[in-house]
Order: sequence, then C-alpha cells, then structure tokens
Amino acid sequence: MRVASPSAKSHAARTEQIILFRVSGQVFAVSSASVQEVRSVDSLSGAATEINLPTLRKVRHVVRRGDKSLYVVNAAAHFGLPASSAGLVFVLRKTRTALLVDGMDKMATMNRLQALPLSYCHEERQWYRGLTALDQNVIPVVNPEGFLTADEFALLDASLPPLETPEETASSSTELPQ
Amino acid sequence: MTQTQTIELASQSFVLLRLGERRFAVAAIQISELVAPSRIFRFPHRTPKLEGVILRRGRIVPVCDVADTLLGKGLSSRRFYLIAVRHYGIKSEWVALPVTGDCELIAAEMTVSGEADAPHVAGWISHNGEVIEVLNLDALTPGDDGVSTSKPAAVVLEARP
Repeated sequence: MRVASPSAKSHAARTEQIILFRVSGQVFAVSSASVQEVRSVDSLSGAATEINLPTLRKVRHVVRRGDKSLYVVNAAAHFGLPASSAGLVFVLRKTRTALLVDGMDKMATMNRLQALPLSYCHEERQWYRGLTALDQNVIPVVNPEGFLTADEFALLDASLPPLETPEETASSSTELPQ
Repeated sequence: MTQTQTIELASQSFVLLRLGERRFAVAAIQISELVAPSRIFRFPHRTPKLEGVILRRGRIVPVCDVADTLLGKGLSSRRFYLIAVRHYGIKSEWVALPVTGDCELIAAEMTVSGEADAPHVAGWISHNGEVIEVLNLDALTPGDDGVSTSKPAAVVLEARP
C-alpha cells in the first residue's frame, strides 16, 4: 500500500491565480476564477443601457443578457478614487456585476491571502477578501460579491425600464476559463 | 472610598513614546518592537485613523496614526513605528503607531483612570516630575471588538509554498 504524499498537485491547489488591475493608479487583485469575461469598454457600449440613480452613482449602465441584468459598477466610484478613464470591463462570475476598470496589469499567482487586519472595520471588510504580498507590494484582493449589496440590487432592479429584445455585441471579448 | 478616588497598582513596566511635544505611555507587555519607518502600502478604505499597512516579518501590519486624537493635529514627521498588540475581543493583532522620537522603558506605578478620563486613557503614571497618560490601545485605535472573522471577507486562504 502506498501512502499518499503531499504531491505537487496538492501544492498547486493551494495557490490561486489572480488578475492585477488598475483603477485610478491603485492596483487591486481579483481571483481569475471569479472573472468570466474581460471586455473592452467600446465593445460594451452598444449593449449597455443607461441608468440614472442619484443614490447609486457608481452604477451608470446595465447590460441585458436574456432575462439577466448585469450591472456595470464603476470601480473608481465604488472605492472613492478620483474618476479615471476606464478601458476594460470585468464580467464577474456568479454575480450580476461587471466592473469598470482602467486596465489590466498582469496575471500572477497568489501563495497566501492574509485576512484584512481587524483595525479595518468599515465597508472595506465587504470590499476585500484580504490582502496579499506580491513582489514586496501589498495588494488588496477584491471580493467579487462586495460591489453591490442586496439592497442595491433591489434598487437597481426596480429602476430598470421594461425588457427589450436583447442585443449583445460579442466583439472584443475574452472568455476566461473557469 | 468614592468613585473618583484612584487605585494604586503595583509597579510595572511601561514604554514611553513621544508624539510631537508630548509623551505618552503604553504597558510594556503590549509592545512588540520599535522599527524604522518603512514603505506604507495604501489602498481605499473607510476607517478613520488608518494610513495603510506595512510589511513586517512577513506580516501585514496596519499603521494607525493616533496623533490627531491625542494632540489634535497630525504628525509633521515620524521617526519610528512602535509595533504594539491590539486586542479585538478574544483576538489580538499588531498595530504600528508612528512616533516622533526615541522610546524609553521605565518602571512605574499606574493610577487607573477615572470616569472623567477619555476612554483611551488607561491610567496615569508619574515620571521625572511629569504626569503621563497611559494609553488604552484598544480604545484608541479603530476596530470592531465584535468583528466576526468567519465572514467571507475575512476568510484566510493559507497557501504557503
């Protein structure tokens, strides 16, 4: 009988692929597994409908996909950063959220995710899964489910105009493997 | 004995720290180390007093500027970070406090604070003719003592190679 040893496979399973992206000069990370698509802003413009909720300025557009509404969150507005020129949209998996970011820096492997220190005790606890040290830098790892609350989704759903025939623009998109 | 009367405790060790023109004390048992300022990593958040984090011995340590609360103004310069233990309920973590001068270890008897004192004052000590506030870091620095680390946002993925 052979005893299973901690193999390279199990070692690899303990790391996580992340995408480093930039918003207003600030670098963030998101798990690549939680990003379904990366699209250029231009490719999305034809499919997006404008939303104007004064209480929720970070969401200005919705993309209808069948019966599903995908809310586009401006990451700069969400994090309270200065407005910037967004170039990419991350369509996030398992949420009805897409994230407007300036650009993608690179992909990397995260070996360790440290919980956000307990001194941080406000909304940021929902924003981030934690922090990771990468190349002597500390980078916040965003929580894909932390961009919109259930109340905000309800508010957005209620504000939507009647459903029209959806037209999707498929150009310039990159489907990421799960 | 009235409530305003103070209680004398046995002599214990304190670290004296300097913030601008004033000196404060922290129980030595709460102090981890005094380190030279290093790069602060900043990211968006909504918690007051927190400047960012530093990397220290592989740990990510929040930097908490308490000068505003204690002096009524921010620090124009900083010489060291005093790394101290902050308790959050049953948990504890390091916090880095910027200080403007050398620190000193002394032994003194603390008079515990009274009801009239601010929550961040744990007590008072007398040293070289000066009466010095002993700081209660748990009250002085931000943090939710009832914070649940089982929330998804705080789950730690340990994946050390």
